[in-house]
Amino acid sequence: MEGAWVALALTLKVALWATALNLVLGVGVGYAMARWRFAGREVLDAVFTLPMVMPPTVLGYYLLVLIGSQGPVGAWLLQHFGIRLIFTWQGAVIAATVVSFPLVFKGARAAFETVDAQLEDAARTLGIHEIAVFFRISLPLAWRGILAGLLLSFARALGEFGATLMVAGSIPGRTQTLSIAVYEAVQAGQDDVANFLVVLTSITCIAVLLAAGRLVPGRVAPRD
Amino acid sequence: MNGLISLVLAATLGTAAHAADLTVSAAASLTNAFKDLAPLFEAANPGTKVLYNFGASGALLQQIHKGAPVDVFASADQETMDQAQRKGLVKAEQRRNFVSNTLVVIVPSTAANTPKAVSDLIQAAYQRIAIGLPASVPVGRYTKGVLEAAGQWAAIESKMIGANNVRQVLDYVARAEVDAGFVYATDAALMPDKVKVALTVPTTTPILYPVAPLPAGPNAAMGQRFVDFLQSASAQGVLAKYGFGRP
Repeated sequence: MEGAWVALALTLKVALWATALNLVLGVGVGYAMARWRFAGREVLDAVFTLPMVMPPTVLGYYLLVLIGSQGPVGAWLLQHFGIRLIFTWQGAVIAATVVSFPLVFKGARAAFETVDAQLEDAARTLGIHEIAVFFRISLPLAWRGILAGLLLSFARALGEFGATLMVAGSIPGRTQTLSIAVYEAVQAGQDDVANFLVVLTSITCIAVLLAAGRLVPGRVAPRD
Repeated sequence: MNGLISLVLAATLGTAAHAADLTVSAAASLTNAFKDLAPLFEAANPGTKVLYNFGASGALLQQIHKGAPVDVFASADQETMDQAQRKGLVKAEQRRNFVSNTLVVIVPSTAANTPKAVSDLIQAAYQRIAIGLPASVPVGRYTKGVLEAAGQWAAIESKMIGANNVRQVLDYVARAEVDAGFVYATDAALMPDKVKVALTVPTTTPILYPVAPLPAGPNAAMGQRFVDFLQSASAQGVLAKYGFGRP
């Protein structure tokens, strides 16, 4: 069962990295979409939300074609830096990031839109720099909504399966996350391994949800 | 509008298999040949519709063991069918070996390095080698058998990219995401423009595909006819076209 703990550690590592990337990307894009008016904004919003509704296998295929060693991005990375993303945990992070991105982005955009623009304008009239307005006014006021999105994104990344399997494969100790380990154990008829893995996964998910309830009282879970 | 309603009804109610449906769970390597065989069998047995479920033989066995309604099981190795027999899912006297195959090492057609022998794969030029997962994928089991007999399994296992069925190995090599892979000759022949066969590997046990009807299947009688059909001259002709050998 040692392999199960390795898979758990890897799953947490991938989910944490994906969430960290989404903190930057999702909040940045969410803020831009909430504050800037430009043609095609809602079309772009739809494109950014696509990963939430598209089958993970479709995303996995897009990523494989894009970052695979023969894909435009993958070939460039391989040629200039010798970096291969397919079959690496970094590849798994990319898959998990793409899949869970809309949860942060959507939450952040909605949260920024509820922030009163007059407060930001007032800060600007007091001569505060634009970057400081973001970090001292907008972000603190929108923080609860963003945190809720981040927690959902972390939970989604933990459970990611389809795109991750296509991009990162299933290499024990390197790219085999909990969900993929369960799939493999069931395929091989190793029911004892599968049983242990699903219990471990369930406990992990409950722990994450309880932690979410503490971090965002009244938002994700009811306050006690 | 009526068409839409009947479509919705068909989609919601029509999920249960018809009495005339024959469900065949077959090894992934049989995919193309078996798809060609379906119209022949359906023509010979009017009213019967052949439904396929392709995958790694080990995974298919697990589905059947857990109660999947399957009428025929065709595995890519004896070991998986032996397990099915031990679990009481198939009867020994109903098993038939219907084709044989060959294990080959393939490399991407653009590859700079081509191994001359299996031992060459230990070299640093081969960083990633796709192999079916031995626990559930027969081609992985054959590969592991060969490499263990040669004392090279440990060295190559560290470079192994596990695949969930033989077609995944083929896909990994075709996309040049791995430097080499172990597949059957029949799989390699499907993508002559993307992969090239580097060498043919003699296996420790002959690659013989067994097939058997599942007495517990919903259409077991038709299952027996499908097994008989596979040994007919017309079916063997189609299988030979894809490169499968006589058992």
